[in-house]
Amino acid sequence: MNGRERILARIREALRVPAPRPGSHGHGHHDVPAPSPQAGRIPLRPVQQARAWLPPGGDTPEEQLGRFAAASADLKTDFHLLADEAAARAKLSGIASAEGWKQIATHRAALTDAVVPSLGIPSRNTDGGYDPEDLERCDAGITTCDVLVAQTGTLVVNSRTTGGRALSVLPPHHVVLARRDQLVGDLTDAFQRIRELHGEGWPSMISLVTGPSRTGDIERILVLGAHGPKKLTVLMW
Amino acid sequence: MSTAAARFLDAAGSITRNLRHRGLIQTALRKYESARDRRKAAFHDWESARQAAAETKWEAINHLDEHLVSFADKLESRGTKVHWCGNGIEARDLIRTIIRDAGAKCVVKSKAMTAEEIHLNEALEKDGFEVVESDLGEFIVQLRKEPPYHIVFPAMHLTRDEISDLFEKELGSAPTREPEELTMIARRALRRKYVTADVGITGANFAIAETGMVSITENEGNARLTAALPRTMITLLGIEKVLPRMEDLALFLPMLATAGAGQAITGYNTLYSGPRQPGESDGPTEWHVVLLDNRRTELLADPEQRDALHCIRCGACLNVCPIFKNVGGHTYGTTYSGPVGSVITPHLRGLQDWKHLSGSSSLCGACTEACPVRIDLHHHLLQNRRNAASEKPSTLERLTWRLHAFLMNSPSLYHLAKECGRVFEPLRKATEGTVLDPVRSWTTTRTLPPVAPVSFKEWWRERR
Ligand code: SF4
Repeated sequence: MNGRERILARIREALRVPAPRPGSHGHGHHDVPAPSPQAGRIPLRPVQQARAWLPPGGDTPEEQLGRFAAASADLKTDFHLLADEAAARAKLSGIASAEGWKQIATHRAALTDAVVPSLGIPSRNTDGGYDPEDLERCDAGITTCDVLVAQTGTLVVNSRTTGGRALSVLPPHHVVLARRDQLVGDLTDAFQRIRELHGEGWPSMISLVTGPSRTGDIERILVLGAHGPKKLTVLMW
Repeated sequence: MSTAAARFLDAAGSITRNLRHRGLIQTALRKYESARDRRKAAFHDWESARQAAAETKWEAINHLDEHLVSFADKLESRGTKVHWCGNGIEARDLIRTIIRDAGAKCVVKSKAMTAEEIHLNEALEKDGFEVVESDLGEFIVQLRKEPPYHIVFPAMHLTRDEISDLFEKELGSAPTREPEELTMIARRALRRKYVTADVGITGANFAIAETGMVSITENEGNARLTAALPRTMITLLGIEKVLPRMEDLALFLPMLATAGAGQAITGYNTLYSGPRQPGESDGPTEWHVVLLDNRRTELLADPEQRDALHCIRCGACLNVCPIFKNVGGHTYGTTYSGPVGSVITPHLRGLQDWKHLSGSSSLCGACTEACPVRIDLHHHLLQNRRNAASEKPSTLERLTWRLHAFLMNSPSLYHLAKECGRVFEPLRKATEGTVLDPVRSWTTTRTLPPVAPVSFKEWWRERR
């Protein structure tokens, strides 16, 4: 018997005696309906139900924008809602000159193609492979994203269509270019969108990014830029 | 008395008198508490969310075999190598072999409590590999050659000055009082490691059965980098980490962050479903997922305490525990400290040797109330006490209780004892704390309430 079979056998043996259901110790929460007595299983609740308990994400696009902006401020994400592509180009080149970017990295996508070349800064694409030493020397990584989440101020990147695993986390400044219709209310919506986009073949990495890299490991005092980017900028139009 | 218990008592005795330590922990935890309360208040219904989380984990753990098979098969179909290890030795040997076969010298590691559990770093260092902890807190305690103090906040027992001294000594940096500057020193020290390391080791927070994904939660981005740049990636996780569906994360990620650190959601929550796939630009070419049993199946076999496997290692029960707040994380002498550690360590490392942890509780129930997956922690402590006593009864304890029952059942004897107490009270008071004090083990750290001059019964009789 190999390790897998041995452990599975031990698990099956252990599970022969059923365990009491959660809440059956007599301190169940009165607002929650008791789990159905179906033999040996608790049916999983529909995923949408999570919405009834979690922090709200906003019902209308305006509300969602408001929540995303508030969460961003809280997280120290630099969020800008812009009128159009031209405004995004102007904003980005303003940031580039303010920070004195000398080289940047990005990847091929409609949004990056529309904005990044106009900066006129030496830029490398990570598509198809790159030298990590080069990427480490870049001042910024500019990517697109799959979806943005109003509830938490989160954005989602992946390893296949938004530049790979490292582009969004190795350079000291991560800039995300996004369209307004990529913003959804809550995490449940976000996972649904992720499934629509990638369910047929998962990218090897999908990352929910919420704010710049942070740590509180020294006296629980917040410091940004622990290992990942010190700055996170979201440009949306 | 077993040695683990003696060490615990000894360490607890000295650290509870350390007011500096207590002040440090209490300040840190006060900050945590106010942040957590603010986040909890943003939930529509925190209690129902807890119930739903408990049910989801119940389903996952009570059908663990099915979920693990699905998890492993999905991962393997995308080129991941999945390994099943019965105990720490197997897992350690396996990981050493993988690293040796990869021809690696330097290993970069992000936080993994399971690696602490199997003492992985020591084994690898003995083999001559350089192992670098990349989480800032872990990096600090690694430099101090200490185990993590807390499962979520590994260096919460240190002040910035101590950390500055440590960095000065170990890394040759200039002294500073700024947490920001200290963080940047660590950042600079570790940057090169990500780019040059051959192997990256991570832990995991959730294993998604349906899609075959590992979910890793972190704030710093160190796990993201560990999983991005080295050629070979190893992920070590306990078999209990399973969640049925990817969408369950919509509930579990906010709950973990809220209960664990008072955040709405942690900075990076990353799902890995394979090594670098065709058409992708980076990522490890080889990914090994190591599933660890290490006596978790024994806990599984105890239906009464099976729910302790629902634990998502958020650390909330530690943060609210009056015992943890006083004795601190290192006193436990275990990988998992606090209430959850006291519950599971006897199962993982032997009931008789670790039963003292279940005794070191006020049974206030703060842990049970804090737990986002509603593990019945303080009742489990009681069950451990019961199991330990029935497995190895203590004659002295039994005699004491019998005597007590006898006394309480006899009104005349009870009355006599009360009178004696009253007569000897001045004598006891005079000897309090000295070697002559018969209840000295109690009075060295507490005061004994005085025997009342008039009992209630006497008082009542007079009234009538
Ligand atoms: S037992 Fe509950 S509160 Fe304690 S660490 Fe585990 S999940 Fe968190």
